[in-house]
Amino acid sequence: MKFGVVTFPGSNCDQDMIDTLEISLGQKVEKLWHKENDLKGCDFIVLPGGFSFGDYLRSGAIAKFSPIMNEVIAHGQKGGYVMGVCNGFQILCETPLLDGALLHNDNQKFICKNIFLKPNSSDAAITKDLDPNKAYKIPIAHGEGRFFAPNDVIKSIQDNNQILFQYCDEEGNVTDESNPNGSIENIAGITNVGKNVFGMMPHPERAADENLSNIDGKFFFESILANLK
Amino acid sequence: MDKNTQVLATVEDAIELGLLAEEFELIKEAMGRTPNFTELSIYSVMWSEHCSYKNSIKWLKTLPKEGPHMLVQAGEENAGLVDIGDGLGCVFKIESHNHPSALEPYQGAATGVGGINRDIFTMGARPIAQLNSLRFGEISKERTKWLVKGVVKGIGDYGNSFGVPIIGGETMFDKSFNTNPLVNAFSAGILEGKMISATSAGPGNPVYIVGSATGKDGIAGAAFASKDITEESSEDLPSVQVGDPFQEKLLLEATLELAKTDAVVGMQDMGAAGITCSSCEMSAAGDNVGMDIDLSKVPTRQENMKDWEILLSESQERMLCVIEKGKEKIVEDIFEKWDLHAVQIGVVTEGGIINYSMNGEVVASVPAESLVLGGGAPVYEREYKEPAYYQEFKKFNIDDVAQPEDLKEVAMTLLQHPNIASKRWIYEQYDSMVGTKTMTTNRPSDAGISNIKGSNRALAMTVDCNSRYVNADPEIGTQIAVSEAARNIVVSGGIPSAVTNCLNFGNPYNPECYWQFVGAIKGMSAACRKFETPVTGGNVSFYNQTVMEGKEEPVFPTPTIGMIGVVPDKSKIMTMDFKSKGDLIFIIGESKDDISSSEYLVSYHKIDASPAPYFDLDKEFALQETMKGLIDHRLINAAHDCADGGLFVALTEMGMPNKLGFDIVTDAEIREDAFLFGEAQSRVVVTINEDQEEEFIEFMMNQTVPYTLLGHVTKGKMCVDDEHYGYVEEIKDIYDTALEKALS
Repeated sequence: MKFGVVTFPGSNCDQDMIDTLEISLGQKVEKLWHKENDLKGCDFIVLPGGFSFGDYLRSGAIAKFSPIMNEVIAHGQKGGYVMGVCNGFQILCETPLLDGALLHNDNQKFICKNIFLKPNSSDAAITKDLDPNKAYKIPIAHGEGRFFAPNDVIKSIQDNNQILFQYCDEEGNVTDESNPNGSIENIAGITNVGKNVFGMMPHPERAADENLSNIDGKFFFESILANLK
Repeated sequence: MDKNTQVLATVEDAIELGLLAEEFELIKEAMGRTPNFTELSIYSVMWSEHCSYKNSIKWLKTLPKEGPHMLVQAGEENAGLVDIGDGLGCVFKIESHNHPSALEPYQGAATGVGGINRDIFTMGARPIAQLNSLRFGEISKERTKWLVKGVVKGIGDYGNSFGVPIIGGETMFDKSFNTNPLVNAFSAGILEGKMISATSAGPGNPVYIVGSATGKDGIAGAAFASKDITEESSEDLPSVQVGDPFQEKLLLEATLELAKTDAVVGMQDMGAAGITCSSCEMSAAGDNVGMDIDLSKVPTRQENMKDWEILLSESQERMLCVIEKGKEKIVEDIFEKWDLHAVQIGVVTEGGIINYSMNGEVVASVPAESLVLGGGAPVYEREYKEPAYYQEFKKFNIDDVAQPEDLKEVAMTLLQHPNIASKRWIYEQYDSMVGTKTMTTNRPSDAGISNIKGSNRALAMTVDCNSRYVNADPEIGTQIAVSEAARNIVVSGGIPSAVTNCLNFGNPYNPECYWQFVGAIKGMSAACRKFETPVTGGNVSFYNQTVMEGKEEPVFPTPTIGMIGVVPDKSKIMTMDFKSKGDLIFIIGESKDDISSSEYLVSYHKIDASPAPYFDLDKEFALQETMKGLIDHRLINAAHDCADGGLFVALTEMGMPNKLGFDIVTDAEIREDAFLFGEAQSRVVVTINEDQEEEFIEFMMNQTVPYTLLGHVTKGKMCVDDEHYGYVEEIKDIYDTALEKALS
């Protein structure tokens, strides 16, 4: 089992993801450069957070044209594991791998703080071992994180059990007040129909080190490791 | 080539460029001839206050520079470098971007963030954390709201994209800043390998410009104003530089990759006066070296840029780099990988002359040494005079102020005041966690703490200055600023290490302003010597003034102190939040009948004229030594500095994270308002587990610092002398949203 973390110009959470996978979870990680055409035998590809190409156009819109993305998309379409966090999720939504789009937060501001997540679908490796009744404390840090999709897409995402996480309060109640950015249905993360591609705005890799006094995010990665096929 | 720039300059030109007549004579002497206009322009920027420190350097030299942990002498490099153990160095610095932010808050603040971070990574260190210190005018004014929103968004957008967390800061509102805000940005980085020096060496070595292309931005900002020249080109000159955090991120990664090779001889970032300043300073720092620079090779954003435009452009995200001959390909390959320019524009020469040419013709030829601080740049002694207000303020007597009947109302007013209330509206717009090193997100301390991965150490940092105290008494006020910074680090479990300063003052030619400056330097020297925290560098920003009632008034003098400290043992980091109901609350330090310069006196009683609060440097030092002992012996479970707003605010702040309250008694010897809201210095509130009370008392018996039991932590109710002040949970909501409401 080998993880590959892609670095785009402007990625700034790539090293955080590598540290989490290597140091906190003891995994093998390969660094992948966006100009490469080869996944170097990695089984699980991570697109990290940051501001790829400055995100001056629409977040993730340029990154999808990087050479490595052809390989990432092909890998995901063949059923290989792909995970996008924050900017990585924004990039995945620009590709055929995930539905929906991430719009500007409804308060039009960048928001960085701890929020709470309630696992929804338990079909995916990332949520399978999580407690559906627990509120997980995970940081967000984004300006464009409002998940949006047309009604029919939302319905099919719901029908196929593709919602991974919803924003909730400390007690696990999914409420308007606990929705930090105006996402439809408080959606914080989704998966594809095949349940092998994960996208989420919150940063589990920022909550996986005891030095930071919050390891709720570590459970997400442990669930992934325990349930990979 | 522009004909105008090649004619011999006159003393009138010099004066128009902001130089003095006698400075023009000095220039002729240094060059052995009359400069042409381009050369004069170079002198005018290099000898400007911003680059030469000509009106401040005499006093700056009196600051303590030696310390047990110093690796680089102050002023020698772009930023200070301090040994933090485990073979690591910390590079850190603070800088102002006040004037650009007053004109264009978004870009002004953004480029301030860009500039300070370049100072860090140009030395080969990776920035790991940022802080900032902001001052704005009255919050009720529309202009203030516009400035706050622009500055915060500018800092956020640049720092968030660049990917370095902001882990602390301070913000104050006062009418003296109504037209002139202060924007001071601090950055700290970790140096793992060798340091890159801003020094040129080795005649024959190629000189590269790397990073962004050069545009016309910022030229007007460099005080380059001549009718002859600007008539044809001023329309397209933005006076404020434009920042591009994406380019900066690429430049960071490319620079650090380059630092790992053996190709770099020296490197300096381009800030004020761009190519001019970096080439002169790098050459002057070297041993009898100059440069031949071909300006026509510089990648430009616009067609047909003039020689002086290229020389003085302040386009951001650029560096000047001297490379070892034969290793050009290493540089070019790295920058190619990151899609950045790396173009050879010159060569290092023997002798100290820098020749700038354009299309084959030399347009300026200047001796590097004559241009720089410590070389030929002028040094002035300015006169100073104690202003009348200083003695007036000392006449303040607390007995002339009646104690309000309803102290609960005072408490509520203070907690909602923008100077005291939560700065959540600001800091939530900053990425405070990128890098996965910020240890104070989930466990708040008085200083920001950044984890050093793979070691048992952490880095603590803080920025502090109460501008009002400094105005009331520059010397004492600045001692307090240094002390508060050290106190914040000590009560977080750190050992203060070194200081960087950002000296924001009014016009240095105004003797009363200069008196404030001199007093601040004296105070800083005394306090930094006491805490053994040398001043490693920083910057000076003069000419900060506000127009009030038709009169130009200086802003409150603000010598912002940025301090770093090392936490030697991460398991002993001390946090500021109450832990459990029933814990005992003690105050360490002396309670005083003092409300001088407190937020309470100024914003509740509307009394501006009072001296700095009670302060004694020796007692402060003793307090901090006691705090170090308490933390080292694990005798306390929370510690929080008693600062703006006094004891009541400190207790409330300790209660809010875990929604715990307090039940305390006041001191019959001291006025209740002074006890609760006074800002007498050198006090820390601590809590201890009941089981450790005996051990704690035993330890304190051997200390000289007084300590008093105040009461205990409650489930949420706040009580003072059995009077109910409300519940922390309700107060927290008011405290968290007050700033947001005031800004809307």
